[in-house]
Amino acid sequence: MIKTGENIGKRKQLDRVFHAIIFVATLVGIIFLIVLLWKIFKEGLPWLNVKFLLSYPSRFPERAGIYSAIVGTLWTISLTALIAFPLGIATAIYLEEYSRKDSWYNRLLQLNILNLAGVPSIVYGILGLGLFVKLFSLGRSILAASLTLALLILPVIIVSSQEALRTVPKTLREASYALGATRWQTVSRVVVPAALPTIFTGTILALSRAIGEAAPLIMVGAAAYMPFLPKSIFDNFTTLPIQIFNWTSRPQKEFQGLAAAGIIVLLAILLSANALAIILRDKTRKV
Amino acid sequence: MKRKKNLKESFIELFLTLTGGISLFITVAIVVILLSGALDFFRYVSVKEFFTGTVWAPLLNPSHFGVLPLLVGTSLIALLSSVISIPIGLATAIYLSEYAPPRGAKVIKPVLEILAGIPSIVYGYFALTFITPVLQKLIPQTEVFNALSASIAVGIMTLPMVVSLSEDAMRSVPNTYRYAAYALGSTRLEVATKVVVPAAMSGIVTSFILAISRAIGETMIVAIAAGANPQFTFNPLKSIQTMTGYMVNISLGDIQYGSIAYKTIFAVGTLLFAMTFVMNLIARVVADRQRRKYA
Repeated sequence: MIKTGENIGKRKQLDRVFHAIIFVATLVGIIFLIVLLWKIFKEGLPWLNVKFLLSYPSRFPERAGIYSAIVGTLWTISLTALIAFPLGIATAIYLEEYSRKDSWYNRLLQLNILNLAGVPSIVYGILGLGLFVKLFSLGRSILAASLTLALLILPVIIVSSQEALRTVPKTLREASYALGATRWQTVSRVVVPAALPTIFTGTILALSRAIGEAAPLIMVGAAAYMPFLPKSIFDNFTTLPIQIFNWTSRPQKEFQGLAAAGIIVLLAILLSANALAIILRDKTRKV
Repeated sequence: MKRKKNLKESFIELFLTLTGGISLFITVAIVVILLSGALDFFRYVSVKEFFTGTVWAPLLNPSHFGVLPLLVGTSLIALLSSVISIPIGLATAIYLSEYAPPRGAKVIKPVLEILAGIPSIVYGYFALTFITPVLQKLIPQTEVFNALSASIAVGIMTLPMVVSLSEDAMRSVPNTYRYAAYALGSTRLEVATKVVVPAAMSGIVTSFILAISRAIGETMIVAIAAGANPQFTFNPLKSIQTMTGYMVNISLGDIQYGSIAYKTIFAVGTLLFAMTFVMNLIARVVADRQRRKYA
């Protein structure tokens, strides 16, 4: 298989050539990211100002803004968090602290959650359309959108919460039981508080995925043009990715600039969410 | 007092068991909603026309419901994007796992994580406003909307997944394998390609399958950059439409609930769900083989 002896110089040279090739390949992703960010900031920065942040969309690019999209994203994501967080953490508690790991029900749930994580987001959009918009008659509302997004990120929250619960040392649980605590007392006062910062980190990362989603919201009927703010969770809505999509699909160059400015706002929100998640994670490391 | 406590405990356990069942409900709901919509669709359109027809024009009169152009569009994107994500992803993974100094890996990995965290709408914008103009300069007959530009963006978007899963698989190969190969006089290249990669093969293949599955389900990039023109073509420079792109496109218009156009969403959606489901299943079977090997 491997020839030795006099051709060692050639083999070493081959190694150096290969090293160079895979190093260049590694640079592809990095260069792509740099060019992408450069392009977005070059196109978007001239349009980014306070007026842009506080104006409603308009068919005149110089008057158009992203206010209703920012507010819509805040409404949708807050409601998504309210729905997905309790469900996710309860499921994780059940799987890690209550059910027997080798029971058929536990195995079925685990398999199912893995599977759900691989379902394309647009399929969740079809589910939302058929179930929430039509069957439950919620219409093209914030509630329908948030329920859809909540189902979409639920598997991610469950898996990351499970991992967080698993990092809590067994000794803590045993100490609690030794003091006569019941299972629920142990879980609610010892295990969950110890795992909570890590659970938050996972939840924030899952929510930032939801913030960037456009496809499922188009399926449940997000509005492309929202000249007013939502007043309740039953109102029509738009979000940042939807507004960016709308501007991107217009042929005029001005709207491309608006789209880039919208992307900067979206990336800034995602960056702050991630920074928050990292701060929370590091805080727990110290303890 | 004790009984009351026990009652509360069992109530909580029952409640948690039921919440756990919600994730099962999601799967059941997806299948029921998709299938009932698709069955409704097939009351109007024959299964034969759907799977063998070569024209997709649900809104025209006369209408045609052959899904093959959409399927070809999706396959084209999946194929071209994996031509980018698979070789570059594997090369990056080998570099990170076998070659890179630890300091370098510490810089490169977060960059790839950022790439993975960027929403697909941003990739779509970039494909349309940057990749396409560059392609048009290189190959003048490139259309404004084309499969190649979208595929490049999808390929880079799925790249971090290939890298991280393949690298994990390579790192799980025990160092004793490497030492043994070095002791026999192997170079780094020989250790990487003849020992580590073969040993990590099932994990690597898993990452490839998952990347292709992601590309099949990817929506916003193709909706923005690939066009809305369901053509039966394998020419990557032409405007096409994928299954996902079609569903977005039809949802943007004012379609009547219950109309045949509305029902196509569920038929196409069922096909998409089935394709990604099977690929994810295969990926998991292959991944389990890897896990058993080093368990």
